[in-house]
Amino acid sequence: MGAEGIGAAVRRKEDFRFLTGRGNYTDDINRPGQTHAFILRSQVAHAEIAKVDTAKAAMAPGVVAIFTGTDFAADGKGGLPCGWLVKNKDGSNMQEPPHPVLAQGKVRHVGDPIAVVIAETREQAKDAAELIEVDLKELPAVATMAEAVKPGAPKIHEGGNVCYDWHLGDKDACEAAFKGAHKVAKIDLVNNRLVPNAMEPRAAIGDFDRATGEYTLYTTSQNPHVIRLLMGAFVLQIPESRLRVVAPDVGGGFGSKIYHYAEEAIVTWASAKVGRPIKWTCERSESFMSDAHGRDHVSHAEMAMDKDGRFLALRVKTDANMGAYLSTFAPAIPTYLYATLLAGVYTTPVVYAEVRALFTNTLPVDAYRGAGRPEATFLLERLVDVCAAEMGMDRLEIRKRNFIPANAFPYQTPVALQYDSGDYQATLATALKNSDWAGFEARRAAAKKRGKLRGIGISTYIEACGIAPSAVVGSLGARAGLYECANIRVHPTGSVTVFTGCHSHGQGHETTYAQLVADRLGIPLEQIEVSHGDTNKIPFGMGTYGSRSLAVGGTAIVKALDKIVDKAKKIAAHLLEAAPADIELKDGKFVVAGTDKAKAFGEISLAAYVPHNYPIDTVEPGLEETAFYDPKNFTFPGGCHICEVEIDPDTGVTKVVKFTAVDDVGRVINPMIVEGQVHGGLAQGIGQALLETCVYDDKGQLRSGSYMDYTMPRADDLPSFDVATQITLCTHNPLGVKGVGEVGAIGSPPAVINAVVDALKEWGVRHIDMPATPQKIWGIINSGRQAAAE
Amino acid sequence: MPKVSMTVNGRAVSADVEGRTLLVQVLRDKLALTGTHVGCDTSQCGACVVHVDGKSVKSCTVLAVQADGASVTTIEGLAKGNELHPMQAAFKEHHGLQCGFCTPGMVMSAVDLAQRNPDPSEHDVREWLEGNICRCTGYHNIVKAVQAGAKAMAAAK
Ligand code: FES
Ligand code: FES
Repeated sequence: MGAEGIGAAVRRKEDFRFLTGRGNYTDDINRPGQTHAFILRSQVAHAEIAKVDTAKAAMAPGVVAIFTGTDFAADGKGGLPCGWLVKNKDGSNMQEPPHPVLAQGKVRHVGDPIAVVIAETREQAKDAAELIEVDLKELPAVATMAEAVKPGAPKIHEGGNVCYDWHLGDKDACEAAFKGAHKVAKIDLVNNRLVPNAMEPRAAIGDFDRATGEYTLYTTSQNPHVIRLLMGAFVLQIPESRLRVVAPDVGGGFGSKIYHYAEEAIVTWASAKVGRPIKWTCERSESFMSDAHGRDHVSHAEMAMDKDGRFLALRVKTDANMGAYLSTFAPAIPTYLYATLLAGVYTTPVVYAEVRALFTNTLPVDAYRGAGRPEATFLLERLVDVCAAEMGMDRLEIRKRNFIPANAFPYQTPVALQYDSGDYQATLATALKNSDWAGFEARRAAAKKRGKLRGIGISTYIEACGIAPSAVVGSLGARAGLYECANIRVHPTGSVTVFTGCHSHGQGHETTYAQLVADRLGIPLEQIEVSHGDTNKIPFGMGTYGSRSLAVGGTAIVKALDKIVDKAKKIAAHLLEAAPADIELKDGKFVVAGTDKAKAFGEISLAAYVPHNYPIDTVEPGLEETAFYDPKNFTFPGGCHICEVEIDPDTGVTKVVKFTAVDDVGRVINPMIVEGQVHGGLAQGIGQALLETCVYDDKGQLRSGSYMDYTMPRADDLPSFDVATQITLCTHNPLGVKGVGEVGAIGSPPAVINAVVDALKEWGVRHIDMPATPQKIWGIINSGRQAAAE
Repeated sequence: MPKVSMTVNGRAVSADVEGRTLLVQVLRDKLALTGTHVGCDTSQCGACVVHVDGKSVKSCTVLAVQADGASVTTIEGLAKGNELHPMQAAFKEHHGLQCGFCTPGMVMSAVDLAQRNPDPSEHDVREWLEGNICRCTGYHNIVKAVQAGAKAMAAAK
């Protein structure tokens, strides 16, 4: 490792602009002649639109134009597409109802867009929107999944409230295994609905250039090329060659900025209508009712065990909330990113999962950090604790007994995935040591003396990321490939620009990717720039999500570097009068092996662009290469999270007093960034477990619609974390990397809840649903105390 | 339309505003100081924190007219050219930022804390930052950065 290459904790190149207020986020951009859009949204969950009268609003000061769903449809524009088709158990297609950009005939959730007002200022647009007369005939709303499947429930779409009824695994084998079981452990649980809440609210600017006929969309996106494809091809029918999508600095995504949203299509389309650029910036309370939400599962699970506590079979039934419409990747989350992970780190030979996806009059639900894998991990790691209780076994022992052994890789699970590498005993051992698990009972006793209930919880998890091999996901219903693209441009004087189809919205790609190049070419980091987020600069890209930027995007960079080095060697061979096979690249110099004859990297790049003395018959001038990389398999980060909590029995408040994470993320390029990613994921996982939840009332009104009533984790809610990596290399990509973006959010929730349940065990608690709020916990303790007093 | 005059990052400025115009809107829209961010509409997130007469203030919660005559410092006014302020340098050194969106508010808040308390404990920092939300970092590295930045500021005095 060089001081700046792979493995070095290099400080981030992007920080200077962010720290000095010179980041360039979408709302920071202003286009000449720009107007402002405000979107009028439904205040009710379910209604027929009887009338939208914009006449009075159109006369309001500053108003440039007002458009409704009728205008959009009259222009022949389409609805928002869904990127994944899931099949029912019987092989038929899922129900895929239309998802209008602006409501057509009906509104189906609070926040459903009805009209857009475009005015000279944002305030004028907002004021005018209040003058639009909307006559809504309210319909009974379906607020919960339980309501959605009741006989006679109001139908949200013509085809009813079931999107699909899907399954995975061998049902008959599963039933047979349960018949032979020594004991069966059961659990019912909820995976609470979350609001992603990236700190930068979404924003979009549509800018149509009459002179060239080119549309530009500036947007807060994790994947500008995907937006260009979906919006251009399916919604607005604009060819890629005339549509540029720019995702500049983006203030966090966590999945919520993957999807193609209505507002992007609205401002792009309307900017051509009004002949001026249009900016829309979301207000936070508007984000709560327009960003896709996450999680929201209700599950029942059972594990069959033999007399030694070995897992024989797992069966799971899950209902997953899709909300009112299908967001871009929604159908894939509770199926291919969830049920396929239910084997976890265990040798359970049979797994059978049934998943129903249901429509309700709530916001669409899609991927949020971890996407499906946190839901699988929570279910499994809670159930394993129940298994231990059922068997009267130690929580660690039952895990160790069922772990896939380190020598069993590659390991084929019963639910489609083949894990390539891992060592679960090793990560567990390190985590036990780092957390001083052995000393816990003494800490529990000490806490008791202080009147506190102390508990410890563990989760040993695996996840699948680096999504994903295109052929595999294609056979599972994906309507896109999931490769990545990199273009490396070596400039004449030897500086390098890396163009990547991935997108950085906090992950630090500008540094990590530059380290890959510095390591390979032996040139200083300051000579390398990384460019992302503009479809006019980058050939193509699938973007950043699913912890794929290094495993897929980084590998594409390595492949492009291979080509660069290959060509540079040919040029060097010519200049050094040697055979290309004899040229080695060492410390930024091309050397004839075994001699001191060498050419510096900058001499080669200069020769490529000033090809006077050059192998012109066989080698083209220039030094720029593009590579696309399609991954061979998913990658499988895993690890062990241990949480220690203290509960104040008088208030029910849970404090996380210690959190230990040992994660196997494959080779680490920048340990500082890796730790930061784990910290952030842990905060979101602990937030889910203790603080956050999205609440609708029985009429489908969103009750947690701002930071006043949705509990974001704050600095004083969290501890400092003890984070370490213990790695095995990924076997199928050249860097050996697995991915780190999601591990924190995947592994931590069950560790926290297992700790809370452990702390409350004297009150007979077997399970508590997330978030384990003070109110819930105090209720348990209080009713226990009352029962004891009687 | 009322007119407000103030000193922003040492420069005298004035602008015509509506009565309802917020300080943050003047900074972002009229003065193009887009380093100050807006992350919420309920005065909860702290992305908008600036200094008004030396004290940290949520600029989304101050009317522009209230800042008339005041001296305002934004994140753009902290570094000396290319030389980062010690608090900014500490955020970089300790990886106290990821997406950077909460960062200007965090840094401005932290500088105010350090001016009041040159050696804050972890507990002090976590309590002080209660009004600043970060979704990316889990706060771990922000806390380290603020402690180190406060020390560096004290040492530079
Ligand atoms: S913008 Fe959120 S507190 Fe000011
Ligand atoms: S760094 Fe992204 S919100 Fe704090």
